[in-house]
Amino acid sequence: MAGLSSFGRYTHAVVRSLPDSLGAPATGDGAGPAEPVDLAKAHRQYGVYTGILRQKLGLQVIELPADEGLPRSVLVEDAAVIQGDTALVTRPWEPARRGEISSIKKVLEELKMRVVEVTDDGATLDGSDVLFTGREFFVGISKWTNHRGAEMVADTFRDFAVSTVPVAGSSHLKSFCSMAGPDTVAIGSSEAAKKAMRTMEQLTDHHYDTLTVPDDPAGNCVYVRLGPKGSALLHRSPEEFPNSLQPFQKLADLTLIPAACSEVAKLGGALSSCSLLINKKLDR
Amino acid sequence: MEERESQLPEEVAEPKGNLEEATIESQQEAKADDKEEEKHSVSSADTQPAKEDSKEIGVEKVADEQEEKQKVEEKRETKEVQTAEIKMEKAPQKAPKKIKTVPCKVMLLDGTEYSCDLEKRAKGQVLFDKVCEQLNLLEKDYFGLLLRDNSDQKNWLDSSKEIKRQIRSLPWIFTFNVKFYPPDPSQLTEDITRYFLCLQLRQDIASGRLPCSFVTHALLGSYALQAELGDYDSEEHNNHYISEFQFAPNQTKEMEDKVVELHKTHRGLTPAQADSHFLENAKRLSMYGVDLHHAKDSEGVDIMLGVCANGLLIYKDRLRINRFAWPKILKISYKRSNFYIKVRPAELEQFESTIGFKLPNHRAAKRLWKVCVEHHTFYRLISPEQPPKAKFLTLGSKFRYSGRTQAQTRQASNLIDRPAPYFERTSSKRVSRSLDGAPVGITDQSLLRDFSAATVGPTGDMVFDDEAVGQTTLKNGEGRDEDGSPTKIQQLKLTQDEKPKATSLSASYDNDLNYKAEEEEVEEDQSGLIISAASVAETIKVETGEEETQQQDLDKTQDDLLKHQASISELKRNFMESTPEPRPNEWEKRRITPLSLQTQGSLEEEITSILFSKEGFSTSMKSTFTSSTARTAEGTVVKDNVPSEMLSASPFLQLPEKLASRAEGPCTGASDADKSSHETLNVVEEKKQAEVGIEETVVIDEINRGTIQAVTDAGESRKVEHLSKKDSSSLSSDSSSSSESEDEVVGEYQPHHRAAEDIIREEQEENEDAKRMEECATKVIQSVETIQEGSKVTVNQTQVTAKALSQENAVAIKTGEKNVMEEGKQDLRAEDEEEQLRINGDVSHVDIDVVPQIICCSEPPVVKTEMVTISDATQRTEISTKEVPIVQTETKTITYESPQFDGSAGGDAGVLLSAQTITSESVSTTTTTHITKTVKGGVSETRIEKRIVITGDADIDHDQALAQAIKEAKEQHPDMSVTRVVVHKETELAEEGEE
Repeated sequence: MAGLSSFGRYTHAVVRSLPDSLGAPATGDGAGPAEPVDLAKAHRQYGVYTGILRQKLGLQVIELPADEGLPRSVLVEDAAVIQGDTALVTRPWEPARRGEISSIKKVLEELKMRVVEVTDDGATLDGSDVLFTGREFFVGISKWTNHRGAEMVADTFRDFAVSTVPVAGSSHLKSFCSMAGPDTVAIGSSEAAKKAMRTMEQLTDHHYDTLTVPDDPAGNCVYVRLGPKGSALLHRSPEEFPNSLQPFQKLADLTLIPAACSEVAKLGGALSSCSLLINKKLDR
Repeated sequence: MEERESQLPEEVAEPKGNLEEATIESQQEAKADDKEEEKHSVSSADTQPAKEDSKEIGVEKVADEQEEKQKVEEKRETKEVQTAEIKMEKAPQKAPKKIKTVPCKVMLLDGTEYSCDLEKRAKGQVLFDKVCEQLNLLEKDYFGLLLRDNSDQKNWLDSSKEIKRQIRSLPWIFTFNVKFYPPDPSQLTEDITRYFLCLQLRQDIASGRLPCSFVTHALLGSYALQAELGDYDSEEHNNHYISEFQFAPNQTKEMEDKVVELHKTHRGLTPAQADSHFLENAKRLSMYGVDLHHAKDSEGVDIMLGVCANGLLIYKDRLRINRFAWPKILKISYKRSNFYIKVRPAELEQFESTIGFKLPNHRAAKRLWKVCVEHHTFYRLISPEQPPKAKFLTLGSKFRYSGRTQAQTRQASNLIDRPAPYFERTSSKRVSRSLDGAPVGITDQSLLRDFSAATVGPTGDMVFDDEAVGQTTLKNGEGRDEDGSPTKIQQLKLTQDEKPKATSLSASYDNDLNYKAEEEEVEEDQSGLIISAASVAETIKVETGEEETQQQDLDKTQDDLLKHQASISELKRNFMESTPEPRPNEWEKRRITPLSLQTQGSLEEEITSILFSKEGFSTSMKSTFTSSTARTAEGTVVKDNVPSEMLSASPFLQLPEKLASRAEGPCTGASDADKSSHETLNVVEEKKQAEVGIEETVVIDEINRGTIQAVTDAGESRKVEHLSKKDSSSLSSDSSSSSESEDEVVGEYQPHHRAAEDIIREEQEENEDAKRMEECATKVIQSVETIQEGSKVTVNQTQVTAKALSQENAVAIKTGEKNVMEEGKQDLRAEDEEEQLRINGDVSHVDIDVVPQIICCSEPPVVKTEMVTISDATQRTEISTKEVPIVQTETKTITYESPQFDGSAGGDAGVLLSAQTITSESVSTTTTTHITKTVKGGVSETRIEKRIVITGDADIDHDQALAQAIKEAKEQHPDMSVTRVVVHKETELAEEGEE
């Protein structure tokens, strides 16, 4: 089982290009974007994002081609939960999104991951409801993810404690929180976020520092360790959330990398949503 | 025959070891009774004041020796399996009966079997020690023996109890298992300990009890291979070698391939290193060390409760849905098949909440509760022992973990200085071979050095051999090493003693956790309560003896009761006939008896029996008891009361020793005790808190109906007994909850209660004194208008003193000092006056007999002279606040009491109509209300006794708090009169220094 020291260390990133159908309303019950998506801007942001993954984080980026039939497929995080060598490909609540799974599964298998599929037809699971802290999993029980979906996580990653955290509304768990370091949870300031944090603190055997940011969306950031020397934190740009910059600046020994994803956010996405980070090196 | 003979030496040796340890202990300290070390004497030692310990131990030694002889003799006898039966044995030690041995098997972790013959009445500890000796295991506190029943649940053999009583009709087959999984195995001192832990974990993993991911299965499997087979050898280890091993519940070829692949990478790791790697990975598994229990939540949903080092985990399916860390849990209890935890209020919440779970059955609930108690004690506390005062607390708590805590075992194992013992791994022979020519893994070099056992030299293979050889040689010496262990232990104890503060700190953290098992307490109780009670009872009974017996006989309806009574009478007889020695054993038997009965009723019975024994204490007690029993919900049980008494008493005793100034300390303990009593069986942990806290207990007796608060004691006591329910309703906050519990309790236990009541009536007269004592013990001091000249003990309530004394007496008696005994008897018989006298006497005894240090206590409590008796409770109403403060200043414990109630006065024993106990708690105050309704001579009396315990730091203005409490009480019940005010100020006793 991967040691703690490997938390945040990645070698590969899987991303998926933006389809032009990005702004189209989703079929079925899935909510379409609340506001119109600026496609050009979305592409720009996506380009910056993948650039950061490659250049600044030094990851090998595997980019899947866009699929016009899958408007939200850019949110690859929802398609799989990855820890160590094991990947659980999910079963999104939105039936329309289940088509995204197959290509993700394929690429993960090519990466020699141990791929596990959700076998329970009653389970629904979005990857962005799953927070892995390096020590344990928290699974948001939300509109998108149900208890049986969480069980799949527990079944797949048996080494770890898997705790459930109720998430209200149409948020995912990671809509307002994420790991900003090995033992640090970045968390938004909304009541929902605070409540979730309290729940997590109640459920955990460990102690996490919390980094509270004024804006919920800014609570979603991406922590990456860069070799032995340092680490980087990808966070929402100050242009989007000026008030949330300062808290991040308190973090020491971190390279802060601002990135915007305002367009994807209109689909419910966040910084972490746009990539699947993988650590292919066996580290023990 | 051969077998037996060969084993004889072993057994003989064993007891000696005990003796040695016991001696050491006595020398070292009275307070820390480690069951392991004390073994036979443990139970008794626990309950008693330290001073007595030493003596007691001495007695025990004798007993042990006798037993030994018996054993030897008996071994030649035919072996018979004795089924668990309730048998009143008289001082078995004395009259050597034929002791029969029972063949007994223990399945070891490596799959082998250990068999031996055990004396039929041997305690679990005996077997466990034998096994550990066989295994050459010193860090044994992490391990335990499992009973082999058919359930998939773990039933641990209680080492402090007779095996026979626990095993019932099952064959004497046990499984040696890890009981407490060390959170950090690298902190274990010896490789051999890690080895056994590895074996356990391999079982856990292979059986699926410890779930692992594929990758982890493979990794752990590969370390297991490395440990057992050594380096991978392509010639030797063909494709099938791995199939002999089971790594996972569902082992696939893919997994085996992965295991082999990883095995190849471990080249150079010694077995000990491989084990360490194994453990480092295994310990991170989320279910490592989690003991799961099936349950349903309040909505009937199937869940699992997981008990672990950090607390209690709640799972639904595989998902963790809640978690209660030990510090958040205030109380754990069970009733019937329900298991409850009382949780500290969350940050923004004001009230504690109690969460209930439904277990499949009563046994499961009890088992879970015990496991919780044990885990909490082991992982969270520095010492399971309570400070000296705590010993009295013991009374209140039922079952407690009696072994060493993790902190203690770590300290102890730090002192292990034997050379690493050699032990054979399952296939260790192959190891050396594989080592040949195997390069030493470079990566692990550093690690190698860390392992003291394996000296890794430049040449890998040779190194290993050397190591083995060295170990072997050492092995011979190991026998001797064991001698060293006691020494270490001593040291350990010392350190503990030295660190009282630390204890208190940690304790304060946990303090709040109470273990409550209503029925359990009695049954499970390590003897603490029971023993002490018993001793008291015995003494008392000596006087009353025959009558009681007769009375008991009268109640034939209650079989169980009868049994208990019988046992009690037995006790009496023994007591009268013999020296104190036999007692502990008797007690144990008694204790165990309920188990054998195995019914819930048994608990009740136990309680009842205790009540009987408690007669000495007081009718009120009884009444309380009954009511309390009913009350299970709140946990306020008579039992509690008893413990509290004991506790309160203890402080007094101890005060003198410690410091006059210190007097405060004990009080805290007392207060804690009170709390515990309120809550039912609290675990002693709370005592530790005591340090800073000063507790004041105000007991206000209300007499609603201008009853005849006759000066006579009897009258009083009766009043106490008789509680009117009406009043109760108005009075108590908790009434609702209590009512609930009542219902439940009533269902099962009702009969017993009645019986108890009957007895009470009959015995009332005799008991009156006892009752009073109880009250006193409760710290209730009847309002004393008169404060004796600031002298320390103002008006001494007979009761209080009596309690203390009685306890002491009991102890003393056990100690075997005849003087004490005599006095004790007198005391018991004695009416109030006599009681006082004896108090004095007791004290003196104590001082003389016991270790001086410990004993000192007697002085403070004893304000022999002036009993200021204010007969009119009513008049007392005005207990001026001022007085209270005065008292505090001067004395640690001040009791204002109205005069003795004439003990004999009520030739007409009042009839107890009803009794209730209600407890309510707020942040710093615990209020216990006893309502008793009695009909006496056509006049019905309702007596409401309120006990308010104020707990807080030194910072709190106690005077004010006390005044406030009284004021509030008065406001609530304008008619009430304050009969007694007792103020205990306690700070923690400093280190129990003497030891």
